[in-house]
Amino acid sequence: MFPAYCFCVILFVFGIVLSFVYTLIHKRMIVTKSANRGTEISRQVVLPFMKSLEISLKSIRVRFFRSMITTMSLILAVSFLSFVRVGTDAANGLLQTQNPTYRQALVRAGYDLEPGATSMGSSAKERWIVILSLLVCVVGIVNAQLMAVTERFREIGTIKCLGALDSFVLRLFVLEAGMQGLAGAGIGALLGTVAALLNSLIRFGLVAWRYVYWLAVAKSMVFALAIGCILSLLGVLYPAIVAARMQPVEAMRVEQ
Amino acid sequence: MSNSHSIVRVSGVTKVFKLRKHDVEALRGVDLEIHAGEYLSIMGPSGSGKSTLFNMIGGLDKPSSGKVFIDEVDIAQLDAYELAWLRCRKIGYIFQTFNLIQVMTALENVTLPMIFAGMHNDAAVEKGLDLLEVVGLGDRFRHKPFELSGGQQQRVAIARAMANDPAIILADEPTGNLDLTTGEEIIELLKRLSEEKSVTVISATHDFKMLSVSDRVVWIRDGRIDKVEEREQLSISVGEIAHRA
Ligand SMILES: Nc1ncnc2c1ncn2[C@@H]1O[C@H](COP(=O)(O)OP(=O)(O)OP(=O)(O)O)[C@@H](O)[C@H]1O
Ligand SMILES: [Mg+2]
Repeated sequence: MFPAYCFCVILFVFGIVLSFVYTLIHKRMIVTKSANRGTEISRQVVLPFMKSLEISLKSIRVRFFRSMITTMSLILAVSFLSFVRVGTDAANGLLQTQNPTYRQALVRAGYDLEPGATSMGSSAKERWIVILSLLVCVVGIVNAQLMAVTERFREIGTIKCLGALDSFVLRLFVLEAGMQGLAGAGIGALLGTVAALLNSLIRFGLVAWRYVYWLAVAKSMVFALAIGCILSLLGVLYPAIVAARMQPVEAMRVEQ
Repeated sequence: MSNSHSIVRVSGVTKVFKLRKHDVEALRGVDLEIHAGEYLSIMGPSGSGKSTLFNMIGGLDKPSSGKVFIDEVDIAQLDAYELAWLRCRKIGYIFQTFNLIQVMTALENVTLPMIFAGMHNDAAVEKGLDLLEVVGLGDRFRHKPFELSGGQQQRVAIARAMANDPAIILADEPTGNLDLTTGEEIIELLKRLSEEKSVTVISATHDFKMLSVSDRVVWIRDGRIDKVEEREQLSISVGEIAHRA
């Protein structure tokens, strides 16, 4: 069985490699140039990190509704992921009491238990659904971000006329997606966890909470949060590179 | 002005846009020298290639053949970094559609190029306020572009173009979207700034009001330079036009 996190790790590595290659190409260009002409010019176009943070925050605030929609699919997917994982954590807590009554309750609730098993993972079916939902979520984010980029062609062209480098544009979009990702994944992880805990409360009663490993729950939440951020960044990578590469004239020709 | 050095030199520039069915020759070999500190207007009918030439001079687009020199540096030889630097420090752009960044206030629009140029935030804000004062919008710095009239937006755009004290201001139909009097005010403002700060102003236009303030007018037709008129010759043809109109 191909676990969900394997898949996500592969996606993550892929993303890192892509962005690394991009910066590498960029860096090499700068280095060869500054070797030719000295570093004087290359240092003179800058966008301080705090300023880019400020600009991306502002863009999110101004287009709050649109950002919400982009973030919504992420919230749903991440909350589903954390729902499944926290649900499993809660069931595991019960299972590890080795109490036959709880065990029976678990079987009645639909968990497939090997005889004598003292711990379990989520079922294969659940995992596949989680993976699928995450995939759909990435596609949704790419789609929404491509639209957001198209909407902002003129803005991109303009800031390039004012002296912005490709990397500034890339950074602005990545920062925006990162913040959306953090917010969306945070809300999603919280929602999913609360839902899973309530669910186990309804199914098994208060005992379920007594035996929950809170550390495992916290781990699941952090995991879901991390996956959410990674997916958000992954989804914006292609649109952001498209935006960053645009020539100012092309970008400003677009009617809007 | 003839003794000052040429800040922009365009030599044999052609531009062909390749479309699916046929090619469009927007520029068919333009040679032009622009002197430091002059106010130059590029005049011509719609579709004659003014905007295309504007984009070439501003380093926003690459010629199909020929060269553009700014301060005797061939801009085709510049890399992305140096080109960005040129756009940031050397040239200020003004567009017909203003092109302010909608999500930013007037002040933020004006300070952005200074931030790119590495200026400290407080210094940029101070200078931005001064510039807005100069263009007559000192009290509107907190307003977003959509809260300003067309003329006011163009003033903000002018302040933004002046942000890094550029040597050249490129204006593509700066009065194209404005009514008569507002257009006149904008032209006045450009003229005043060009004199006070001795910037070279290059503006593409078909607004005849522009003629009276220009030191030189380049008439362009079908992608070629038709004629170049100095200020002295100009009053005569302006008279003619005024007569015809
Ligand atoms: N990106 C492009 N693709 C194809 N053709 C283009 C492109 N840009 C300009 N052209 C063509 O080049 C010619 C010159 O266009 P340009 O925009 O330079 O004219 P202009 O003098 O600025 O006109 P206007 O006064 O209406 O702004 C036109 O025939 C136009 O159709
Ligand atoms: Mg034009």
